[in-house]
Amino acid sequence: MGELVAFLVLAALTLVPAVVVVTSRNLVRAAMALIPSLLGVTGLFVLLQAEFVAGIQVLIYAGAIAVLILFVIMLTEGGTGLAVRQVNTQRWPGLAAAAGFVAALVAVLVRTPWPAGSGTLPAGTTAAVGEAFLTEFVLAFEVSSLVLLVSLVGALVIARREP
Amino acid sequence: MRVGLEHYLVVSAVLFGLGLYGVLSRRNAVAILMGIELMLNAANVNLVALNRYVAPGAVAGHVFALVIITLAACEAAVGLALVLAAYRTLETIHVDEINVMKW
Amino acid sequence: MPAVAWGLEILRATVATVLLFTFLAVVAAMFGVLAERKISGWIQSRLGPKHVGPQGLLQTVADTVKLLQKEHVTPVNADPVAFNVAPLIVPVAALLAWIVIPLGVPFGVLLIGRDLNIGLLFFVAMTSLIVIGVLLGGWASNNKYSLLGALRSASQMISYEIPLALALLTPIMLAGTLSTVEIVDAQRGGFLGVGRWFLFGGGHGLGGLVVGVLAFAIFVAAATAETFRTPFDLPEAESELVAGYFSEYTGMRFALFQLGEYGELFAMAALSSLLFLGGWHGPGFTSTLWLFVKLFAMVFFLMWVRWTYPRLRLDQLLNFTWKGLLPLALLNVLLTGWVLV
Repeated sequence: MGELVAFLVLAALTLVPAVVVVTSRNLVRAAMALIPSLLGVTGLFVLLQAEFVAGIQVLIYAGAIAVLILFVIMLTEGGTGLAVRQVNTQRWPGLAAAAGFVAALVAVLVRTPWPAGSGTLPAGTTAAVGEAFLTEFVLAFEVSSLVLLVSLVGALVIARREP
Repeated sequence: MRVGLEHYLVVSAVLFGLGLYGVLSRRNAVAILMGIELMLNAANVNLVALNRYVAPGAVAGHVFALVIITLAACEAAVGLALVLAAYRTLETIHVDEINVMKW
Repeated sequence: MPAVAWGLEILRATVATVLLFTFLAVVAAMFGVLAERKISGWIQSRLGPKHVGPQGLLQTVADTVKLLQKEHVTPVNADPVAFNVAPLIVPVAALLAWIVIPLGVPFGVLLIGRDLNIGLLFFVAMTSLIVIGVLLGGWASNNKYSLLGALRSASQMISYEIPLALALLTPIMLAGTLSTVEIVDAQRGGFLGVGRWFLFGGGHGLGGLVVGVLAFAIFVAAATAETFRTPFDLPEAESELVAGYFSEYTGMRFALFQLGEYGELFAMAALSSLLFLGGWHGPGFTSTLWLFVKLFAMVFFLMWVRWTYPRLRLDQLLNFTWKGLLPLALLNVLLTGWVLV
């Protein structure tokens, strides 16, 4: 019972600001609404007993990516144009496509007979994730660190002011 | 009433649809990027929920979600660097006005 | 868990949080501000405030009363939502970080908001949320100096988060856990009661000593920069850009920003005494008293540094972190792994 209440509150905290993100005409307000949406996803992770992923989600998504988005909005003056039109000509076909896609996805997902899993999640997912990263998924670990290096250098080069 | 797998899958589907609407219908490049972030979050919720209900013996879903978070950070950094460079050169970041092709 | 136990747990968590925030408002904000002024006066060969109350102890009460009765001014073209939300985010994020800081074990009862098993990750995540409040405060003031100050402050904060988190990895690796209580427990005993402190390497010999001292130095430097104290306080020095991102805030909102900054200062001091100086372990005394002794020693040290050194310029500050502290912190993590094997 308590879990259902917590789930409904967190789902509302995730979805209602997400509507503001995609429909608001004021970009700074859209970026501000992104943050409670990400924190709602963090709550859903905690409810799913994935505490390490939840901590990383707050640290990286809400603490770094949202800050980066706010920085770029402030540097490109996107937040001042309230009279500027913010939706393009694809608004209604886009809405129809997204709604149709969501309906198809929900229909398929709800009707699939998911097998009930056996076993339990390890008590400390941090240690389990660390061990998995260094034994079974070491290739993904090394490749993602390479991608981080390449994107770091790439972002620096692209955004540099030409002297 | 217990919270089952379907609840989480519906939430992630709706979040994905909202992100998709944002990507398809916005003019500002940063707003499109925010829609992409919502879609990536929906995928993460899906992965972690399936790990908890269908395959709880291991943490493969968590590992996958962490790799997605890392790659989302990389892609946001490079994408926003491109937006800044475009703003400096073309003076606009509305994607329907950026058309430097000849015909 | 049955409903009654669940309700009791919520009640305990609420009472603990209210007590914690009251403690922070009284000790950190009031006492901290007063201590700052007295210590600065002492270092500069003058007396601090001494008129209000005995020896000036009620000075901060007088300041708070003054701030409460000031007018709320909102700039004309400011975004009202962002302008009002920003001074809420900074203190709330700083106070949320206090949930995982234990305040001792008096009579066998652990005083902590909640002993999370990802305690330190939660702490770093909450302090990284403060940047959002800083950015929104500067943007919403509709003032180019506030915006410039906010962009500088935010870039300084996010640059120094990385060496902060990497320096925290050393006590985490030495203790093998992310929980603050277990890290303190791993420092119990040892030579003269201080031998197993992580400052001295937790009993791993000379290599441990090097690694511990280096990690402590990096953590204190990064914590000084995170809380905008000299020598890293360019974004909010009075001679630069008026007051930075909180120029346009008056009255109680300004006080909320200050509460957030002093709360974060005390949180960093508490964390450094928990992780590196042995926490509440000490010969004789009750545990909470020892923790407060170490906490106030760290706070005194940070205030002493503030009034001794000149401030760094912004580009010197950012060079220092990206080219100096970050490679040093990475090297330190590597050395810790080598020492442990």
